[in-house]
Amino acid sequence: MSQTTTEKKYETVIGLEVHLQLNTATKIFCGCANVFGRDPNSQTCPVCLGLPGTLPVLNKKALEHAIKVALALNCKVNPYIKFDRKNYFYPDIPKGYQISQFDLPIASDGYLMIPLADGAFKRIGIKRAHLEEDAGKLIHDAHATGSLVDYNRTGTPLIEIVTDPDLRSAQEAFDYLHILKLTLQYLNVSDCDMEKGSLRCDANISIREMGAPNLGTKAEVKNMNSFRAVKLALEFEENRHRTIVESGERIIQETRLWNEEKAMTFAMRSKEEAHDYRYFPEPDLVPFTVDQSVIDHVRQSLPELPQQKLKRLTDQYKISEYDAAVIIQDPDIANFFEECTKHYAETKKICNWINGALFQELNARKMTIKDLKITPQDLTTLIKKVEEGVLNNLTGKDTLKFMIDSGKSTEEIIQEKGLAQESDDSVLEKIVDEIIAANDKVVAQVKEGKDSAIGFLVGQAMRKCQGKGNPKKFGEIIRRRI
Amino acid sequence: MITDKDVKYIASLARIHLSDEESALFTKNLEGILHYVGKLEKLDVSKVEPTSHVLPLKNVYREDVVKPSLPQQAALKIAVEKHNGAFKVPKVIE
Ligand SMILES: [Zn+2]
Repeated sequence: MSQTTTEKKYETVIGLEVHLQLNTATKIFCGCANVFGRDPNSQTCPVCLGLPGTLPVLNKKALEHAIKVALALNCKVNPYIKFDRKNYFYPDIPKGYQISQFDLPIASDGYLMIPLADGAFKRIGIKRAHLEEDAGKLIHDAHATGSLVDYNRTGTPLIEIVTDPDLRSAQEAFDYLHILKLTLQYLNVSDCDMEKGSLRCDANISIREMGAPNLGTKAEVKNMNSFRAVKLALEFEENRHRTIVESGERIIQETRLWNEEKAMTFAMRSKEEAHDYRYFPEPDLVPFTVDQSVIDHVRQSLPELPQQKLKRLTDQYKISEYDAAVIIQDPDIANFFEECTKHYAETKKICNWINGALFQELNARKMTIKDLKITPQDLTTLIKKVEEGVLNNLTGKDTLKFMIDSGKSTEEIIQEKGLAQESDDSVLEKIVDEIIAANDKVVAQVKEGKDSAIGFLVGQAMRKCQGKGNPKKFGEIIRRRI
Repeated sequence: MITDKDVKYIASLARIHLSDEESALFTKNLEGILHYVGKLEKLDVSKVEPTSHVLPLKNVYREDVVKPSLPQQAALKIAVEKHNGAFKVPKVIE
């Protein structure tokens, strides 16, 4: 059967689980610092090492962050929550259980809207979000006789965000993750860095015949270290499921690991211990009530979220949705843009400079806008100089480069580097005359009415003045002189 | 009804090794405990709020303030085996 008919015949169903480390100063149940990259086992205490007789106490900030996330994901914040023990044995959990939330999580029944290719939006249900503690880090060394454990990460506050099985393709999963991450970054509750493991994603995927009421047997996919990997792994799984079903075989419910190098998923080697976690209420933590006043207070402190910002920027500044979408990828860039508009009314031109030259320079230096020494006003001054014809596009970009490196103003750079565009007509005419004298053939072509030949002469003139001329002006003079 | 199989399964989840005699003993004991707790099922609890804690306490928080952690060597004191500042455990492979 061809791929297209198979695609029509089957529907892919995906649900995602995202674990997010919260950026509180301390761990969720003890006062150890919540930091990354320290010496192994240097950030632990009797509580997070799970020593007998110790008592966990909930970090208030972690709960506040969780409420923020809940509201941003349009969830219901549950007024009464409790913690539960999830029991299993693995060396990365020192207590033999993980403190998590089972039946009374902090948040449930939310949604996130994701943009579709046709410009419409699709609602992705958020089933629940709950607080829990992170496990330690296992260091597998292929040559070692044992495994090594670093418990620094143990007790890092996590919020797990679980979607409904609403995603229908790997692309939708990718888009959801993108919007989710952006939303979480705006909330400033996590650095959302997948490489550092502060944001992790597992996926459940199954296929079913189009229109079938029940879900197919699912596979759980883990070990994806980037959104791109999530997409590739899901595409791989989608095809694997189709092949199995098409050949009349049955899909086995199992956990599979994504192998980045081989670009394939493999069934986990370790024996699947039926997910029997024997949850029971954590006796060491009393329940919590979340009053409406607290929820209202957090709601008021919520920042403008990405999709709200997108709409406002397009409405308020009359910029294209595309430009706005690029700008909102980083709230600091969006702020920078908005500051620029206070000094210069040409919002479209500001967008072009930010999304073009400025991004290029930032990327080349691996810098973020926060590292930038130049101010929004510096940028608008530069743009104005280009618009006034003092600089052309090329020397304008050079000026930006120098400004970023030195932190000096546009005027200073122009002075220092002699970048100002030559505006003395007699100087420009002299250059044009030289070019005309040196290019008989091309001049003849111009006389025959070949317009593209003018472009060549302009290029020659620009080179002669080392880019400090105005191409438009050169064009005019050339026409006049020939 | 608790069976020998249930007890062996729970024991394996808890990483406890039971001899056949122990397994038989715990099957009987657990059956008795469940029977006793089963009495609750006969009570009308429709008007009782579900509860997970007996303490009349709620909302016990901690402020997000860093306290000193244990020095690495102190943490590792309880390690059966250690290597390069890490706890060393029997090899786990995924
Ligand atoms: Zn601790």
